[in-house]
Amino acid sequence: MTALGGTGPGAAPAEGEAIGIEDLHKSFGANEVLRGIDLSVATHEVVCLIGASGSGKSTLLRCLNLLEPVDAGRISLWGQQITGAGVNQNLVRQYVGIVFQSFNLFPHLSVLRNITLAPVKVRKESRARAEQEARALLDRFGLLDKEADYPDRLSGGQQQRVAIVRALAMRPQIMLLDEVTSALDPELVAEVLDVIRELAATGMTMLIATHEMGFARDIASRVCFLADGRIVEVAPPSELFTQPKDERTQRFLRRIVEAGRL
Amino acid sequence: MSLGAGGPAPGSFGTTGRGPRLLSGGGPRATVISTASTVVVLAALLAVFLLAPGSAQVRHTFFNPADMWQAFLGDPKKGYYSVGAAIWLNIRMFLAAEVLILVVALVIALIRLSTSPVAFPFRVLSMIYVDFFRGVPLLLVILAIGFGVPALRLPFVSAQSAAVYGVAALVLSYSAYVSEVYRAGLNSVHQSQVAAARSLGLSQATALRHVILPQAVRNVIPPLLNDFISLQKDTALVGVLGAIEANEAAQIYSSTVFNYSSYAVAAILFLILTIPLARFTDRVIDRDRRRRLAGSAP
Repeated sequence: MTALGGTGPGAAPAEGEAIGIEDLHKSFGANEVLRGIDLSVATHEVVCLIGASGSGKSTLLRCLNLLEPVDAGRISLWGQQITGAGVNQNLVRQYVGIVFQSFNLFPHLSVLRNITLAPVKVRKESRARAEQEARALLDRFGLLDKEADYPDRLSGGQQQRVAIVRALAMRPQIMLLDEVTSALDPELVAEVLDVIRELAATGMTMLIATHEMGFARDIASRVCFLADGRIVEVAPPSELFTQPKDERTQRFLRRIVEAGRL
Repeated sequence: MSLGAGGPAPGSFGTTGRGPRLLSGGGPRATVISTASTVVVLAALLAVFLLAPGSAQVRHTFFNPADMWQAFLGDPKKGYYSVGAAIWLNIRMFLAAEVLILVVALVIALIRLSTSPVAFPFRVLSMIYVDFFRGVPLLLVILAIGFGVPALRLPFVSAQSAAVYGVAALVLSYSAYVSEVYRAGLNSVHQSQVAAARSLGLSQATALRHVILPQAVRNVIPPLLNDFISLQKDTALVGVLGAIEANEAAQIYSSTVFNYSSYAVAAILFLILTIPLARFTDRVIDRDRRRRLAGSAP
């Protein structure tokens, strides 16, 4: 674990396997949430995780950002293991941005300060430079007029877009999105999904847990169906949504169709 | 029951830019009623005080203007101190204790909330500390420190003034309370805030300093200020060590002149100290609320 440490974000390889997950296990007490996950995500690839609540999607993403220590198995980024002892967690997190379902903006800081906190404190950038970059990102996502506002003055969609900008300000190589539209009113979902589409268009490597099946079908190069802590089926969306092989995938998708969400 | 014309407008709930209105809950009619009610209640209380059989005696013993003025100014030649000057000692003790309490209590709260196995003995110690000093009356702590530490006859440590021992006792006792206030504040910040901060690469300490603590402290400013109003008054207890603070000066006056009006002076001076702090608390809360609500509507 030296190369990721030596150069800092921005110098990660431009191709090859970005995320490698091997036989990942994670339990909370007696509850085994991940029961052996194997997955490989290529650089610039967008992979969607679908499955019922409690299937382990969020836990998997949190393990990748090292917010949850894993019990067994290994995770590597561009071939370098990030699980186990001696890993600089804070450095790994600069490569791997995560956005949460509940936004988790810092309520005591303005939008601009929310975004510049990590660049200034972690990457030791000057405030002026961090603010300049933050404004550029806000501008790109149509939020420039919100920079002085506090999070509780923003709509859910705006808050989530700010949360995405906050993660992007650390210039991550990989973005993990954990059901980022699940807490939003239906009419606000589109603005957040548009932001994610734009990110995908720039070649961002993304792992997206989502309940938006139509979105997954549009954006993902592959879709993983999780159930009971395992990846039951992985396939390109054109296959997985039309000809699911596993019986559990079929049942899940049937329920989704019945609910009118596909 | 319907809201009459004088009631609050729908949705406003009688709030203005300065928080819920305690008095005159909306509309001119309500203002008139609340004013009239206040006048009647105060007049009734005053009447009871003035018409009581012992009223004249009480007014002479406790509220005699001439004695109050004498006690306020003091006269060393007649053997009593100025209560007005003595309050400065209360203020100085309060300010010194407050700063120390804020620091000590935070350290204790952070130790109690730490999760590292290495810190286990410190967690136990801080728990014992809090239990002990919340359980022992402040007066006893002041007496123990004020008379016990000098009796040890240590160099420097045993050679301090009564006020210094008083401040030490106040810090020991109040830090236990305030650490619990901090702890409640730290617990009130949702775990997802920690996750969000750490996910951006912030270290534990940076996340604590810039994300968790500011929110925690903001959440507990009212109880913190409440404890400090209490602390201002409790500086009067240090008088038992012989420090000439306002209460002690008032007591010396009363036992010299045999009139208790000096206590009224001390009470008024304490009120003059505590009321601005209470209003300041309101302003801090209000400013924070306004600032967060500033900016454009969603």
